[in-house]
Amino acid sequence: MAVKCKGQTFIFENPPHIVAHAAIVGPEESKGPYSDYFDLHLDDAKYGEDSWEKGEERMAANAVNLSLDKASVTAADVDLMLGGDLLNQLITADFVARDLDAPFLGIYSACATLVEGLSLGAALMDGGFADCVVAFASSHYQTAERQYRTPLEYGVQYPPYKQFTVTAAGSYVLGWVGGDVWITHATFGKVIDLGVTDPNDLGSAMAPAAAEIILQNFKDLNRGLADYDLILTGDLGITGKKVLTSLLEEKNIMADDKLMDCGGEIFGGQKQYGSGGSGVGASASFFGSVIIPRIKAGEFSRILFVGTGALLSALTVKQKESIPAIAHAIVVEKIPGG
Amino acid sequence: MTIQNELKGRILLKNINKTTDEFKKIVQKEQPSVNKTANFFKAFLVGGTICLLGQVFQELFMTFFEYSQQDAGTMASITMIFLGGLLTGLDVYDEIGQFAGAGSLVPVTGFANSMVAPALEYKQEGFIIGIGANLFSIAGPVLAYGMVSAFLIGLLQTLFGG
Repeated sequence: MAVKCKGQTFIFENPPHIVAHAAIVGPEESKGPYSDYFDLHLDDAKYGEDSWEKGEERMAANAVNLSLDKASVTAADVDLMLGGDLLNQLITADFVARDLDAPFLGIYSACATLVEGLSLGAALMDGGFADCVVAFASSHYQTAERQYRTPLEYGVQYPPYKQFTVTAAGSYVLGWVGGDVWITHATFGKVIDLGVTDPNDLGSAMAPAAAEIILQNFKDLNRGLADYDLILTGDLGITGKKVLTSLLEEKNIMADDKLMDCGGEIFGGQKQYGSGGSGVGASASFFGSVIIPRIKAGEFSRILFVGTGALLSALTVKQKESIPAIAHAIVVEKIPGG
Repeated sequence: MTIQNELKGRILLKNINKTTDEFKKIVQKEQPSVNKTANFFKAFLVGGTICLLGQVFQELFMTFFEYSQQDAGTMASITMIFLGGLLTGLDVYDEIGQFAGAGSLVPVTGFANSMVAPALEYKQEGFIIGIGANLFSIAGPVLAYGMVSAFLIGLLQTLFGG
């Protein structure tokens, strides 16, 4: 039951299964090329509530409930819930947990929150502390924009590399039985800051953290690009993915055809969305709904899933601070014989 | 005991070993460029059109309602402010802004937009602490420094203008 640690990587002796997952996406995401993969689509960003914050809460709560239903468990069966979002005081996740009869830990690493939840959950399970863990995360365009930027209808011009916060929630149930994939390793990242100050270019701010964690994972496990069928990053966007590609190329890793970015993909690369999606909802919805079925179908057998988070607040931006970033990675494999 | 590197310590990047300056060059290379010349012309075109429209309204008020030139100017401003607010509410003004940049930000319609946008945004927090407290969140600095400048100019005129 012991957990081995090598460098920054945990190696799970009994890899926890992702038993079930659910994703709900907002109106813009429903127009994207991956729309059909998600479980539920919202026509209205308020989800019938009287504020955007309540809409996000309802979206996240329903994603959690749907994932529990799919796993045929109730909240009372869950040993621990790990959840987070982008709003101050993790208020969405807190309010979701208010209605669920299970112990809750609020976690934050911006858009890397989902991967943080999955890796911590897997570590707690392999360590023998839990048998059923729920990891969930959400982000919401309207709630995030008003917290981090200016009012939505304000007519300011954005540069072509700006990313748009994805309205989506994803929830994952980890257990020992069922599901098609399991989590075999987790690599935890350090906070990295290479001096990017432009809050419109979060992809570039996060790319070095993603490059560091990918190389660290390779080093710790003595692996290379050939050992993975896909490297899935969270929300670097189109620009951030290019920066990551150049950083890896300098280390002679030609990863271009194996790299995929949830945020860059989710809107289908259309010009009106700039560099693509950002926000933890991108990876929380895309990984489960689009990538897990492709692993199940045999298209990929082992992937490295890298969550990337930009650790900024509206105040640090106004105070001209640079934008630190974090990335965590998990190795997800098809369960043999599963 | 001294604390080393207080507030200046940066994590050593052992895998990609890049300095801030080296990284800045990579970002500049990969970032899509902003076409400033095109933006200049777009701003001129849209800003000019908005001003032309204001002038047309002024002429119309003078011709059809027999306002004096000054009153017709005031009426034209009110009309443009109304249109700016209306287009903000119809979710159009931010699209114009994305195309025109300063062209739609600087004229009086932009000022209307900067008031109506927070009003729409904070409606859900109520009339007092929502709309009331946030109505000037964007326009506030313009008003504050506008008044300071007006005061200073007024002071100079009183002292030296005679």
